[in-house]
Amino acid sequence: MNAVSLDKITKTYNKGKTVAVNEMSFSVDKSELFGLIGPDGAGKTSIFRVLTTLLLPDGGSAIVDGCDVVKGYKEIRARIGYMPGKFSLYQDLTIEENLNFFATLFNTTVKDNYDLIKEIYIQIEPFKTRRAGKLSGGMKQKLALCCALIHKPVVLFLDEPTTGVDAVSRKEFWDMLKRLKEQGITILVSTPYMDEATLCDRIALIQTGKILSIDTPADIVKAYSGKLYEVKSDTIHKLPADLRNYEDTLSCFAFGEYMHITFKNDKTDNSASLLNYLTEKGHSGLELKQIEPTIEDCFIKLLKQ
Amino acid sequence: MQEPVIKTEKLTKRFGDFVAANELSFEVYPGEIFGFLGANGAGKTTAMRMLCGLSVPSSGKAMVAGFDVSGDAEKIKKNVGYMSQKFSLYEDLTVMENIRFYAGIYGLSDKQIKEESEKLIAILGLENEVKKLVIDLPLGWRQKLAFSVALVHQPKIVFLDEPTGGVDPVTRRQFWDLIYIAADKGITVFVTTHYMDEAEYCDRVSIMVDGRIEALDSPRNLKQQFSAKSMDDVFYKLARGAKRNAE
Repeated sequence: MNAVSLDKITKTYNKGKTVAVNEMSFSVDKSELFGLIGPDGAGKTSIFRVLTTLLLPDGGSAIVDGCDVVKGYKEIRARIGYMPGKFSLYQDLTIEENLNFFATLFNTTVKDNYDLIKEIYIQIEPFKTRRAGKLSGGMKQKLALCCALIHKPVVLFLDEPTTGVDAVSRKEFWDMLKRLKEQGITILVSTPYMDEATLCDRIALIQTGKILSIDTPADIVKAYSGKLYEVKSDTIHKLPADLRNYEDTLSCFAFGEYMHITFKNDKTDNSASLLNYLTEKGHSGLELKQIEPTIEDCFIKLLKQ
Repeated sequence: MQEPVIKTEKLTKRFGDFVAANELSFEVYPGEIFGFLGANGAGKTTAMRMLCGLSVPSSGKAMVAGFDVSGDAEKIKKNVGYMSQKFSLYEDLTVMENIRFYAGIYGLSDKQIKEESEKLIAILGLENEVKKLVIDLPLGWRQKLAFSVALVHQPKIVFLDEPTGGVDPVTRRQFWDLIYIAADKGITVFVTTHYMDEAEYCDRVSIMVDGRIEALDSPRNLKQQFSAKSMDDVFYKLARGAKRNAE
């Protein structure tokens, strides 16, 4: 049985004028770490709110841990953990008080499920008498995760837990998720950071309420058709415009210090003629090689189709 | 060498015993794209608030656009633009109302407001959207409009606080095209981001750790200095040792 499954879920706002989620169907296996990857406005939060029974869908059906999101909302609420995108704990309660409060709400105690949160909680425990409103971003995030876990949920929903979080803390957070998954918890997580996609078992790339692709990160990369190259030059500011003006360029996008480029005609080897062209344009220190696409390359390509 | 447009000397901000920004000394030049990086809690926002004239330094000195942040804060506000991801435009005003509102606040005359708004709308291709509420615009357009509005009073410097958070990968790159255009016109762009690939697009990058600037150079030199493959590696090597973040 799937931990979560959606069948043509639709969610609209403004009396149907704004379609946030458009007949979306997918399912998540038990103990899977599943990522919803997409920019703001893709529909990630609406999907989470439907699955956590906080919003009623306008169409379709969804099941979480065997219960229907409309009819079985009471059962679902007892069995899931939800960390919303916006920090939603009580700012004027301390770390300890927030945790006890959420444990009590779910008829349990911090002691009963301490094993599950121990590894995360010990990092914030030295500050347990500090009010939640006075915590740093990283600490708030850890406390929110502890509160979402304290009743030992079957499915954990994390809505953009790493947005606005620095690169180091983001890596630590994903390490925590991996260890939770090993304990058998199903995790649905959303993120606008494409580089985090590879840390999930499976991902759905979504945009404006629709799924562009759904698969393992490796298979999404494999499905990328055509050849992708990276180019680098000493005159990096000039490179994008010159590449766009090259007659055989199909697409080109900046990726850090490199430009990723695809060609209209990629049956033959184009490297020599492109290098010639760029040298004529006055570029030096040129590097050009074929590369494996990243998830972000795949997303960009799917957006254009 | 050109005169710097931002010059700080031992710029410091204390909150009680806590030193949020600790003796920051650096210079930024006209037309430069300057990446201002750091872990959460490293002191970036505090430093940026001082540079914008919104917070008075505890000690040290900073000149921004030719004015002293301690004495001439009001003049600084007139000469800098500011845009953040969280707040930049009024969602319940139309496109035109937002432009007029900001241009008016910055003291442009009615004639200038009319000229500037027409120019801006033409460049952005928003002719058919001027009467739309900002909330009804796609996020990518909103970001571009917000950036243009931050430049409506022709400031010497624009401060961008995580301008591309949550934006789709294509729009994120189009946004950087706008940054390049502004920099080519001689506007200094001072930008914070959590996307490490964007750090590579900057001319120079500073990385703050626990209130101090621990590294400042071009992305290429930083990678060499820290024997790192990418700016992501550089950042990781520096910020991993941060003490404040663990708190």
